[in-house]
Order: sequence, then structure tokens, then C-alpha cells
Amino acid sequence: MKGPDGYPEDDWLALSGIQHFSFCKRQWALIHIEQLWSENYLTTAGFLEHDRAHDYAASESRGNTLIMRDLRIFSRTLGVTGACDVVEFQRSSDGVPLHGREGLWLPYPIEYKHGKSKINDADRLQLCAEAMCLEEMLACAIPEGALFYRETKRREQVVLNDDLRFKVRELFEQMHDLMKRGWTPVVKTGKSCAACSLKDWCLPELQKTKTAREYIDEYVNDDVG
Amino acid sequence: MRQLLNTLFVTTEDVYLSLENDNVVVHQDDQILAKVPLRSIESILCFSYKGASPSLMGRCGELGVGLSFYSPRGRYYCSILGENNRNVLLRRAQYRYADDEVLSLTLAKSFILGKVFNSRWVLERAKRDHALRVNVKRLSEQSERLAHSLRDIRGCESMEALRGIEGIAAKDYFYAFDDLILKSKDDFFFEERTRRPPLDKMNALLSFIYSVVTNDCVAALQGVGLDPYVGFMHVDRPGRASLALDLVEEFRPVLADRFALTLVNTGVVQSKDFEQRENGGVFLTDSGRKAVLSSWQKRKMELITHPFLQERISWGLVPYVQALLLARLLRGDLDAYPPFFWK
Repeated sequence: MKGPDGYPEDDWLALSGIQHFSFCKRQWALIHIEQLWSENYLTTAGFLEHDRAHDYAASESRGNTLIMRDLRIFSRTLGVTGACDVVEFQRSSDGVPLHGREGLWLPYPIEYKHGKSKINDADRLQLCAEAMCLEEMLACAIPEGALFYRETKRREQVVLNDDLRFKVRELFEQMHDLMKRGWTPVVKTGKSCAACSLKDWCLPELQKTKTAREYIDEYVNDDVG
Repeated sequence: MRQLLNTLFVTTEDVYLSLENDNVVVHQDDQILAKVPLRSIESILCFSYKGASPSLMGRCGELGVGLSFYSPRGRYYCSILGENNRNVLLRRAQYRYADDEVLSLTLAKSFILGKVFNSRWVLERAKRDHALRVNVKRLSEQSERLAHSLRDIRGCESMEALRGIEGIAAKDYFYAFDDLILKSKDDFFFEERTRRPPLDKMNALLSFIYSVVTNDCVAALQGVGLDPYVGFMHVDRPGRASLALDLVEEFRPVLADRFALTLVNTGVVQSKDFEQRENGGVFLTDSGRKAVLSSWQKRKMELITHPFLQERISWGLVPYVQALLLARLLRGDLDAYPPFFWK
């Protein structure tokens, strides 16, 4: 439960879960509460592409830009932990000091995604959550970040506005609540179920067919007459 | 639906398995007998006393490929269990359910409803398919008695009563079972079920197939994160996979008995595939076991429509789907456990 200093570390959730959760609450619960995970081609492709971005040793410094890869982040108030694919720090008088570096730096988080920009906010929410972690860790303000889509090779700038931040807080609160109760919600099925890597565990058909009791009655009563 | 891949049966008793670039490599002395990609395999059953390398075990655990070890004569030793068993809330729900008599009884009734329903339809099918060969009158009488048992199961109020009804239903069903054997009647006949040891060829065949199906149930339950040793109808006994025994009940008539009958009626298994031991027990020979297992693989690939989910799946996935439905019931997604009803 959240205390005055935020959530205790034991209760921290995986930050990247916000993506699953905004996509489907049940999918998030199956992965994070029920600990089920299966890889389909989408997740495998994502994993392979992520290899380079997730290499802290490949961090580099180029003049006024400092590029950090796979930077571990957390937020006590949100109760989450995770990693940023890439954080670009720009030397700037508006920036903050960094341990072991000279000058002042302004962080700019970039999240790598395969595919292309999506209508739903899943990717933007994840980026915003990462920025909120960085803000808390570095005591600074991060008004903007970017999503980089591999398929289109495009950077999408994302303004981290109040709406997005409110949504992030709200979703994490719901996630903490479900986790505490150990509850896997039943949700509406849709088109997205077909591409879901957890379809075989979720059994979305369950929510379309008759109840198990009706099914038993139908078979046994018909049979016995 | 999940893919059903092949099972690799390693029946040569002196080979050694190792891992090379995600392939299982089968060694005999200095020779390499086979190389099989791990990703094309669902599970490996190893009947060789030489076993497998630790790196192969680790990789199987990671990829979720089942790896089980048996003695060359088929006694089960152990299996590799990977990281798929982290669903601690599910197992706790299972234990709570098992500790509750009322809930356990409801579940047990579902399993037995499935078993008796399916037994009945094995008899009904035989009436329809072989009307000129079988004793239709006897099959109809026994089928009618099973219909009675179905009614009794629904009204039954204690586990003891349920076990009583199950016993009667099993007797009624097996009373007509000999009628379903259509070939080589001198070698294959059925009077009563004998198990320790099986005393005739039909019983030997049934016992072997039951152990294969039960094993599939253990793997299916483990695969969905349930504890195969904690049952609802079969009570805990050290070393007994009680939940797998609960689950296998509904599959016995359709998955095991019908398969055994097909093997005999089509001559895949013959008298020469059995041997009698000093204690009077009858067992399959090595070649007999091989014949059964290779047919079993083919059988598992055949498609059916799942009666509850209304989805096309292979026979081999039926235990897995039922295990998943059981897990979903325990976690509160379903209002009852839907047995696998076969018609």
C-alpha cells in the first residue's frame, strides 16, 4: 500500500506493464499477476530489435550530447521500476548536474518501438511514465520525449502534458490495486485478441460462449432425457 | 490455439542426449544417430539409462520443452520443470479448493459426469458403427444404466456416494466392453479390469495407454501452473499425481479405451506384441510399445471440435485445454468446470 514516502520497493511494478495494461487489463494481469508469458512473433521481433538499445555499455558522449542506453529508472511515488531504451542528455543552462559529469544537462527520453506510430496511447504512456521517473530521480522537469519507430524509421515527438501524466498515475493506481487483490479481470474481447500473444492462456472464447453450467445442463439433460 | 508439436521417444536404452545449437543430439558410443531441432519438439521421453546432458536439461527448461526420464522398462523417474510454474496464486487457489469439501465435490462431480457421459457414448458409437457385429441389445441396456448413473451423479451429495456411483458405472461399462473387441477374439477378450498386474492382453494394453494419457495430464497440468499432486477426488497420497488422476477420468473412455480398441480391431497390435511374466502378469514387449506409441503420436494430431470452446483443436491438446479450463475455474473466470463431453 502506498505510504507517505510512496510505495515500498517490494511492491514496485514493472513500468513497461503500462503498455500491456492500456492495451488490455486482462493481458497485463495474466503476465504480471498470473506470471504467464508466451512469446509470439511480435514479442520476439521486438526483443531482437531491442538488443542494441538495451546495452548500457554502448552509452556514448558526443560533444554537447550524452547518450545513455538501458538506463535503469524507478519512481517511488508511482511504485514502478524499469529502464529507458535511450536517454539523450543535452548540455543546457536549464539542465541539472549529473554525478561525474561537468556542466548542466537536460534529459530527453527516447523509447524504441518496432512497427509504426499507433493511434492508441500505449507507447506514449510508457514514455511519459519513464519521463516521470527521470523527473523524480533527477529533480528536474521533462516537458518532452520521443518515440522512435523502426519500421518507419521516424521519430515522433511527444509532449508530456497533464492529460498524459494524469492517465499514467491513474493506470498505475489501478494496477497496484489489482496486484494487491491478486485479481485477474475479465474484459471485453475484441479484434486485438487475434494478435495477442496470450490468447492461448486467456481463452477469449470463454467470454463468448455460454456459461459452463449451461453447457453441462445442455449435454447431460439432453442425454438423460 | 497452441501448437502441438512432436514428442521425441528415445527408446534405445544405451544412448546419450546432448545439446548442440538448439538441437537434441542422440549419441550411441562415438556415433551420432540423430539431430532434432528443439523448437520442433513438444517433449522428450527418454527411456535410456544413460540420460541427458545438463545443458540440454537447462535449455529444455527455458524453452518449455518437457523432458522426462524413465527406466528402459518404462518406470518413471523424473521430469525437468522449467520456470513456467511461477503462478503461485493459482496454486494457492487450488489448495484452498482442495481443502473445501463442498467445492471439491462439485469439481469431482464434473470429472465423473464427463467420464460416464463419454463411456456411454463409446457404447452408443459402437452400436451405430458396428450394428451388425455387436450385441446391440446388451449395449443398449448398459448404455441405459449409464444414463441412470448420470442422473445419480448430479443429485449426489457426498464424495463417498459419488465414488459408489462411479464404481457401478465402471462395472456397467466394462460389462459391455468385450462386445467392442471385433478381431482376434482368442487373443483379445475382456472379462474384468485387472491392474496389478494386468492378467490378459487387453488389460495390459489398457494399462499401458492409461499410463501414457495420465502422463500427458501431468504435463498439461504442470504446463498451466497447477500442482498435479493435489487432487479433488483422489486424495493426497505421497507420490501419487492425484490431480492428473482426477483429470484423466473423463479421457479414459474416449482417448484411451477407444484408442486401444482401434489398435486391436485394426491389427496394429497383435498377440506377438505381448509377453507373460512369471507372476502371471501380461505386458507389452518393446516392439509392442513402439507400435502403440507411434500410433499414439498420429492419433494426437487428429482434429476435433472442442465441445465447450467450439474451436478446432487436436486430440493431443485436449488434456491441455481441460487443464487450462480448470485453472480458469480456480481463478474465478468460470462458474463451473466444463467436462470434455464427447459424442
